[in-house]
Amino acid sequence: MSTESSRDDFIIAIRSAFLKKGNRQKFSLFTLLIISILVLSLEYFKTGPVNQFRSITKDIIFRGSYVVSSPFKYIKDKYYLFQDHMSMYEEFSVLRDKDLDLNSLRKEVDFYKSENALLKKLIEERDLFSKDYMLTKILLDKQSPYLKSLIINKGQKNGVKLGSAVKDRLYYIGKVVNVNFLSSRVLLANDLNSKIPIIIEPSGINAILSGNGNDEYAELEYLPKDNEIKENEIVYTSGSDGTIPASIPVGKIIIQDNKKYVKFYSNLNQLNYVQVNK
Amino acid sequence: MARGDIKFYQFLLNSFPIILLFFFALTGYSLTFQIFKINISFNFIHLIVFYWVLRKPEMLGYGLIFFAGVINDVVQNLPIGVSSINYLLLCVIASFFRTRTLVPNLIYDWILLFIALLIVSSIHFTVLAIFFDGNIRYGTLMSSAFFSFLIYPVVAKLFNQIYLLGLKQENVE
Repeated sequence: MSTESSRDDFIIAIRSAFLKKGNRQKFSLFTLLIISILVLSLEYFKTGPVNQFRSITKDIIFRGSYVVSSPFKYIKDKYYLFQDHMSMYEEFSVLRDKDLDLNSLRKEVDFYKSENALLKKLIEERDLFSKDYMLTKILLDKQSPYLKSLIINKGQKNGVKLGSAVKDRLYYIGKVVNVNFLSSRVLLANDLNSKIPIIIEPSGINAILSGNGNDEYAELEYLPKDNEIKENEIVYTSGSDGTIPASIPVGKIIIQDNKKYVKFYSNLNQLNYVQVNK
Repeated sequence: MARGDIKFYQFLLNSFPIILLFFFALTGYSLTFQIFKINISFNFIHLIVFYWVLRKPEMLGYGLIFFAGVINDVVQNLPIGVSSINYLLLCVIASFFRTRTLVPNLIYDWILLFIALLIVSSIHFTVLAIFFDGNIRYGTLMSSAFFSFLIYPVVAKLFNQIYLLGLKQENVE
């Protein structure tokens, strides 16, 4: 008898939780759950009006999010500025103590530049300093353990394409993974889902750079077992996926506990403007 | 205080859970930091939804929770609808528990939150892994759920104080 009544109570409580509209509630949880499942199933439509509607919705939400986040972004920028200011003297001392013969270095760079231009012309390689990149502003900087991405203020309307490479100055930082009408999402190279083909120079070893959620370095996958990669070797995009242009510098090799990592050249936390490949 | 100011103050207190919910949904803020190479982050939306649905459901509409989920999905680059399902399931658990309890008790709430977070995080992971091929680390997801669970008593006390302030203001009126 008591088992039956407790089972009835349980069923009543479940029914009440799902179906009862409380005070000032317009929808029952059951209705909203069904709507959520329907909305989720629309994710399978990647083209057509559903996709357009989704794109517009995302644009509106990103703008709203930009407005709400702007005071915090301002505080964050000021914090980094303050940090830079505090470390200025230290950096100055380090630079002063270094024996930098800038004139001879500049001449050397000029020589390499002209030699590089000639060689690139020879192999018809894309110029790193070319104007094929458009400058975009970062609307949102979403960095959590699950997601390392940026929202930029240019989209389909400005000619941003899915899979385009994104650079901070000269350095590769990620690629476009989602294009809306007025905004796009850039997946940073340190995101868990980021996998990019790279080449390590001068050893010429190909591998996959895999994000691990760390802000400073990423891991290397599919490295040959007996490689002789040394610290400070430079990592470039290899372009073998056909979407990201080759020879964009990403970072340099660091070795910790006999494991090789790639330390990014860019500080992925302090980006305000980035360049997107057209 | 002028009458207009009082009304505004009361409006702020009454809308506090909604403002907070949409703030976290729009910014995706999770207070991430590292201690001993452990990433610590909190899912504040789960705590907000759970507390207010359990204690004062009339202050936070289910429809608004659904919209907060949609916004969160867009900001976090998740398939639209996943977070809504999670938040609504959390509402179901909280609502079920509300109908079954007579005297509110923080410890019971806390234990129930742990179970609720385990269920919701597992469903979140399962949906992403099976239907959307998402590369999401179960450990990271669970650690976020665990740290959110740990801070619940503090958050609940704070929310309770804010609710009492609102109640006091209503009684003054």
